[in-house]
Amino acid sequence: MSLAFRVEKRDQGSALFRSLTIIASVLVALFVAGFLLLAAGVNPATAYLEILREALGSTYGISETLVKATPLIITGLAVSVAFRMQIWNIGAEGQIYMGACGATGVALFSGLDAPLMLPAMFAAAFFAGGLWASVAGLLRARWQVNEVIVTLLMNYIAILLADYLIYGPWKNPDGYNFPLTAQFVDAARLTEYFNTRLHSGFFIALFCALAVYLLMERTIWGYQIKAIGSNPAAARYAGMKTGLAIFLVLALSGAIAGIAGFSEVAGLQHRLQHGLSPGYGYTAIIIAWLARRSALGVIIVSLLMGILLVGGDSLQLSWQLPVAFAYAFQGLILFFLLAGDFFINFRLRWVKEDADA
Amino acid sequence: MKKLLTFLAALALLTAGCTNEQKPVEPAAKATAQPATEKQIKAGFIYVGPVGDAGWTWSHDQGRIEMEKAAYVTPSTYIESVPEGAESARVINGLVQKGHNLIFTTSFGYMDATLDVASKNKDVIFMHCSGYKSAENVGTYFGRMYEPRYLSGIIAGKMTKANSIGYVAAFPIPEVIRGINAFTLGVRSVNPQAVVKVVWTQTWFDPGVERDAADSLLDVGADVLTMHQDAPATLQAAEARNAYVIGYNSDNRKFAPNAFLTAPIWNWGSIYSKTAEEVQNGTWKTAQIWSGMKEDLVQLAPLSEKIPAAVKQLVEEKRKAIVAGSLHPFTGPLNDQTGKETVAAGVTLDDSALLGMNWFVEGVQGTIPQ
Repeated sequence: MSLAFRVEKRDQGSALFRSLTIIASVLVALFVAGFLLLAAGVNPATAYLEILREALGSTYGISETLVKATPLIITGLAVSVAFRMQIWNIGAEGQIYMGACGATGVALFSGLDAPLMLPAMFAAAFFAGGLWASVAGLLRARWQVNEVIVTLLMNYIAILLADYLIYGPWKNPDGYNFPLTAQFVDAARLTEYFNTRLHSGFFIALFCALAVYLLMERTIWGYQIKAIGSNPAAARYAGMKTGLAIFLVLALSGAIAGIAGFSEVAGLQHRLQHGLSPGYGYTAIIIAWLARRSALGVIIVSLLMGILLVGGDSLQLSWQLPVAFAYAFQGLILFFLLAGDFFINFRLRWVKEDADA
Repeated sequence: MKKLLTFLAALALLTAGCTNEQKPVEPAAKATAQPATEKQIKAGFIYVGPVGDAGWTWSHDQGRIEMEKAAYVTPSTYIESVPEGAESARVINGLVQKGHNLIFTTSFGYMDATLDVASKNKDVIFMHCSGYKSAENVGTYFGRMYEPRYLSGIIAGKMTKANSIGYVAAFPIPEVIRGINAFTLGVRSVNPQAVVKVVWTQTWFDPGVERDAADSLLDVGADVLTMHQDAPATLQAAEARNAYVIGYNSDNRKFAPNAFLTAPIWNWGSIYSKTAEEVQNGTWKTAQIWSGMKEDLVQLAPLSEKIPAAVKQLVEEKRKAIVAGSLHPFTGPLNDQTGKETVAAGVTLDDSALLGMNWFVEGVQGTIPQ
């Protein structure tokens, strides 16, 4: 006889249980990270207070946290829409770039003026992101090509395409051949508030969350997405066109991610340049996973992520800790969040087994 | 891979177990309260890579340490591996909030962010490295690295036996292109048969990609390599295959004790100390500084013993000529890659032509992505 344990699936439990698990996960992560801080000679309590102060302790800190959360909310929503149908859009990163390219093309070359410019840029970003993702949608719906691979690989193509535009045809003619587009005219910039970098992209993100919520909970299409996600065979039996639905949901997912590209270039960068997104499209996958089924959850997790990323700067700024520290810190928090998520869905049960079993 | 590195770093930190408790960096309220004549310099630096890169960022950090020797400079702060683009504005602003009154942003991609933060903080002085935009409180600085690049080209041209030299290039921007051209002109000044083969990595610091690029150049027969990145991968590739190599950024010969010939290197301390002094005594004015070997901002690292004495002497003569102003690498006649004369005999390219350089000279094998 020996003692072993078995992984058993369990009910997801109440929303309260899940929220508590997430909070507990963060606390455990902070506890473990505290040993790292101690090893570096920094009092963890002081450091955590400093992180909070940096991210939330001033108008500036709050504005920066919201600026950081903006692309995370939008891309998190994009990824979560497809997740609801058990479709894995790993390509939000590339779709952000395509959206940014679409918006930049309109900003630089359309010659439009104030009332029309921003809506045109928005539409271009929406379609560019949607079109990009719909390639994966078509391949999946028509020929059963795995969308994880296609969306992932198309990220690299999208980033290289943006580089091509920046280094080539869209390069600023007055920029000494540096790889940057010209800066946008005022008509192509989102409004900024409170003399900070907080821009109306944040409200676009909130609006996207509302739209996604209404789509999912109040429309037939949303019902189809959820139905196909939970049981594709039954959905097909009920007469739903699953192929078309897969194509459309990936296109929608990409289009939403494209909006994040619009928001970043029109609200923050005011031009297209290399390194537009430091991996928002990948962080979005984690956000969508943790937020599960709720648009509100995406907002909350994105804000938490924003606090972590903005506050994390203070580790370097205040204590001159190496940048590896900030990475380790973020890594620990994600690790425990995902571990916590595992224990929401599964339990470990100790079982006695025969030695030869 | 990044995750693995993160884990290893965390482990190293745990085991290192340094016990001195560090104090948060104090806001410089005291400094600003003092009269202007005794102004203390509290400097902040934004780095694009880790200080341990043994290259670009390391050379800036050496300059920072050099600057701190002045009595009026209080301990400075640096933030490493800051992403270029809009993301950097928050970090630069963080330095302002912590009371830094002189801020150096040491990569091209910080240009807009530096100008943006500077426009909202007129009492802080900013110095942006390698850009072209300045303001009342933002100066720019960079070095004429093409001068030592030209000298290192002379050495490469003399040392190659295959007449094939490999150049592991970073991004196709004017600074890198200018370096390739100056190097090639140096090569061809002593060896008109030699060619310089260019491979782009589109990286500043990615040892894996850069090692592959260096190996690919060795595979096609190059027997001398040089590079423009911040990681020492090209040096290590040359060492492993018994080729010669010319480094960059800092005297990084320890990565290739046998292969190393020399390296065009930065001496940022000269400009950082000078700037701190000017800010301290109130004489600082915005300017676009582009200094060369004459001002000692760029240098050639000590030459390897493997280089024959006659070549060393030739390089020394040319170095003196550049410092004296009697030799400029970009004086015509210069031909482009197709052999067409683009700069007439006796004409020297002016700074604006150099700063926007977007064409290769004759002898370069490779293309500039357009």
